[in-house]
Amino acid sequence: MGPEILRDLTFDIPHRSFQFLTGPSGAGKTTLLRLLFLSLQPTRGIIRTFDREISAIPRDELPMLRRRIGIVFQDFRLLDHLTTYENVALPLRVRGKDEASYRADVLELLKWVGLGERINVLPPVLSGGEKQRAAIARALIDRPELLLADEPTGNVDPPMARRLLSLFLELNRLGTAVVIATHDLSLMDQVEARRMILSDGRLDIYD
Amino acid sequence: MTEGEPKAQGPRRPEMRVRPTAPIVPPSNVSGNALMLVIAIMAFLACLTFGAVSMVRATAASWQSQISREVTIQIKPDDALDMEQALKDARDLALTFAGTRDGTIVDRAATARLLEPWLGEGLNLDELPVPRLVIVTIDEQNPPDFAAMRQALAGKIPQAFLDDHRTWVDRLVAMARTTALIGTGVLVLVFSAMVLTVVFATRGALSGNRHIVEVLHFVGAEAGFVASEFQKHFLKISLKGSFAGGFLAALCFAVAGFWQGRSIATPESDQATALFGTFSMGLTGYLGIAATMVVIALLTTLTARFTVMRTIYEIDLIRSDPSRTDQLPDS
Repeated sequence: MGPEILRDLTFDIPHRSFQFLTGPSGAGKTTLLRLLFLSLQPTRGIIRTFDREISAIPRDELPMLRRRIGIVFQDFRLLDHLTTYENVALPLRVRGKDEASYRADVLELLKWVGLGERINVLPPVLSGGEKQRAAIARALIDRPELLLADEPTGNVDPPMARRLLSLFLELNRLGTAVVIATHDLSLMDQVEARRMILSDGRLDIYD
Repeated sequence: MTEGEPKAQGPRRPEMRVRPTAPIVPPSNVSGNALMLVIAIMAFLACLTFGAVSMVRATAASWQSQISREVTIQIKPDDALDMEQALKDARDLALTFAGTRDGTIVDRAATARLLEPWLGEGLNLDELPVPRLVIVTIDEQNPPDFAAMRQALAGKIPQAFLDDHRTWVDRLVAMARTTALIGTGVLVLVFSAMVLTVVFATRGALSGNRHIVEVLHFVGAEAGFVASEFQKHFLKISLKGSFAGGFLAALCFAVAGFWQGRSIATPESDQATALFGTFSMGLTGYLGIAATMVVIALLTTLTARFTVMRTIYEIDLIRSDPSRTDQLPDS
């Protein structure tokens, strides 16, 4: 077992809250997001997600809980053989929804993130910023109760970063709790929001 | 693919249309094609072996039944013996036994033909002390009492000798059984190789798709959904591959059968027929090919299911075993 990345953290993510998670590289931001996404379990301590203690959740219930969480991976994790449209629609498709029922929503969201002209393009052809926006759209498409975004504006220019931020804020206004892990101070300065600062494995929260 | 894609920037762009939705598992890639080829080759070999072994088993069975269907009474010439009368007596005597069906005296002309390869044409049987034969057909299921027949013949015609081919039949039965056993062994080996190859090739082809399983799992797909997507994909691959292999094997038998039919009564064809039997795909052959396809389809589909389930289990295991967090992609 390696050294502890995070220790003695106590915090909660309230419903409909908006917060930035920041800190130096290697502080454990990604690990914390993964813990919240149920893809890691703490060595010790308790994490409760949607009123459930995660180490006690049976494996077959994980997909149902993950459906309530949207995540934007730092490495995007788009499927290269699916178009931008198909990647963004994937969460709805795996829930067994009929394509006709979501097509308009997906196209509208793609237009909003500036990918309206790239719906039939495969990810290898997309730029880094376009991939990032597609990954964000995929995380948002089913209006999750909790959105976790790992450096969601790392590959886009400032105007697009502002636009994406307003998208997150709009989603938050509609009821989604948002956690954005970022190094981008200028991004954080644009919004009066809770800041969670990780350093040396410890967490300081500034409301 | 894409209809109405804008070709030039302008104020009025046609509405973009979405292409028909692609399958979640990519329909074709290098590992999928390689798997199909492996399945086709293994299905071909398995079907070919199945057909060949069935043929050899049938031929081996026919060797022993053909030989044991007849017995021969041989009468050696003697100055004091009226050969023609002795032949008739021997045949009549043999036919009095229950279990005999028919008796045929090999006449002088037929005997001469039998000896022709060694003694040449125009043979005068009166000049040589050539034994004569009576062939008695017997009921295989209910054979006559050969010992009693032998004794009765010796009492009436001392020069007569009954050959029930027992020595040959015993040898052929042993040989036929050995051949069938070897054939079954080869079949078991080839099928075992096919099972292992198909299982490992499927797992190999799936290993390149781990990222797809991961993404589907993380966007909320249930394990059963992910497994069924991969099952469908691999079922298609296995059916295509096994059909190609089975069809080729059937074609090989058809070509061999055609050659045999065309070259009937030639030394090559006769030799092949005597050794291996007739190259034909009977109902059993087609059923065997169909069964092989079903086995391969099941193997591939089940392997895909178990591998996907195991992959998901491993992904979830990272969650419950912190020492394995190093397997996560860095981000």
